[in-house]
Amino acid sequence: MSMSLSIQDIQRIARLARIRVSDTEAGATQQQLNGIFTLVEQMQAVDTTGIAPMAHARDVFQRLRADAVSETDQRDAFQSVAPQTEAGLYLVPRVIE
Amino acid sequence: MSTHTNTLSQLAARLTAGEVSSVELCQDYLARIAAHNPTLNAFITVDAERTLAEARLADARRAAGETGALLGIPIAHKDIFCTEGWLTTCGSKMLGNFVSPYDAHVISQFKAAGMPSLGKTNMDEFAMGSSNETSFYGAVKNPWDTAAVPGGSSGGSAAAVAARLAPAATGTDTGGSIRQPAALTGITGLKPTYGVCSRYGMIAFASSLDQAGPMAQTAEDCALLMNVMAGFDRRDSTSLERPAEDYRRDLNQPLKGLRVGLPKEFFAAGMAPDVAANIEAALDEYRQLGATTIAVSLPNSGLSVPVYYVLAPAEASSNLSRFDGVRYGHRTAEYADLTEMYEKSRAEGFGAEVKRRILIGAYVLSHGYYDAYYIQAQKIRRLIANDFAAAFKVCDVIMGPTAPTTAFNLGEKSDDPVQMYLSDIYTIAVNLAGLPGMSVPCGFGSNGRPVGLQIIGDYFAEAKMLNVAHQYQLATDWHIRAPKGF
Repeated sequence: MSMSLSIQDIQRIARLARIRVSDTEAGATQQQLNGIFTLVEQMQAVDTTGIAPMAHARDVFQRLRADAVSETDQRDAFQSVAPQTEAGLYLVPRVIE
Repeated sequence: MSTHTNTLSQLAARLTAGEVSSVELCQDYLARIAAHNPTLNAFITVDAERTLAEARLADARRAAGETGALLGIPIAHKDIFCTEGWLTTCGSKMLGNFVSPYDAHVISQFKAAGMPSLGKTNMDEFAMGSSNETSFYGAVKNPWDTAAVPGGSSGGSAAAVAARLAPAATGTDTGGSIRQPAALTGITGLKPTYGVCSRYGMIAFASSLDQAGPMAQTAEDCALLMNVMAGFDRRDSTSLERPAEDYRRDLNQPLKGLRVGLPKEFFAAGMAPDVAANIEAALDEYRQLGATTIAVSLPNSGLSVPVYYVLAPAEASSNLSRFDGVRYGHRTAEYADLTEMYEKSRAEGFGAEVKRRILIGAYVLSHGYYDAYYIQAQKIRRLIANDFAAAFKVCDVIMGPTAPTTAFNLGEKSDDPVQMYLSDIYTIAVNLAGLPGMSVPCGFGSNGRPVGLQIIGDYFAEAKMLNVAHQYQLATDWHIRAPKGF
């Protein structure tokens, strides 16, 4: 599969990624991403029939642990670096009218 | 009294003998940082008061009878490690105001060992880069030639150790970010087997590849640092539960009979002639030391760069979704609703390379492209790992160049992402397979800039690799050479 990203594709991906991209930036980004995808296309020539995907550097299993409290309450410390908090809550623009 | 050229083992001996205190050592390095950081830009944050307070604590511990191997010796930390009370930026504007409320596991290990922090070193933004030019806090200069890059992403750590502004530093390596800058600045750096050092508190880039490791003058020093850094940590779900090792245990083993695999793909077109000449000379030295060399093949290694530039951005696009201007980091000044707040905060907080990778990742994970890119890349990743497994049936370690050229000039590749990505062509396959790899100084190119020999080991072969590197360093003096003017 050979492909080339359009400006519309760039804007769509940018929306998915929640990054605002201006029209000027979109043009430059389109060129660079298409250059990178030309490199990535080399993968398509490889026959991987019957090969299991390798998701991780080592085929390790996630450990399980007891469902018990392991951390102390550090809310004040963690909220000290937040842009906006009030009464122990993170403030964001109104979502539900 | 000159201490800044000393290795960790030499500094440890001087501290034990009472020749020097931790406070005096830290004052010496802090003075060197103050003198040379304006030229090199190796540090993003220096806090002399905090460093000296930690040094006084180390001196008090020694006075009370403690005798830890590295007690009182200072170390610099890559700004990717969360460090309580220190600004921790990850090289990004996004975290320009983030004073970490907690310590990464690796940091708490070094604190427990009594090693004061000299500061936070510069790096490519979110570790995405091979030249340290993507840092929001400016490029780092290579101390061997300030027109050159130090490599990346651990470029600040590499430059600091190379210029002897710190006796050691931490780094992280997702696709070569410890080994390539170590090679380009003439120091020794080790990326351990995936899972050996905890990722807790190490700001995530590509979680299936990220691994912390030591950067220092010598292999022996890297072994000392590994004894502190390595070990199981339940707070990292992929941390490996293994018995503790003494990474120095094999340093003095002779190399007679060592089988060194030379991948034919690494010794093909692409390696610069001056790099090739130095690598050949290093291999001759190993033959002198009793090793034999064997041709091996890693037929899929050429695909490691394309595979990496699908998998690492995919993981990054997921990991970096946490930077949303809500809990920490940059929030845009004006916004009408939540979506606009996210989109503008992220547009303003991230630099160009980070945005590129997030967009690639979002694309390869999106509907209709997932199988063709993401799953295909994971399948080839297994082929690459299988190649190494086959090679290690006939050899003990694999050797080759760390990077295809010596350090390139600032600005030379910064406008061309693909050319920049290809500078990691020999290192990326090692991360994909999860293997340990290191870079050892082995000479200088035609422009006087350092060359690094890469040593790749089988899983958990760090002690063997450190032995292989240490024996070479007993026979050569490349690792002792330091740049002039610092």
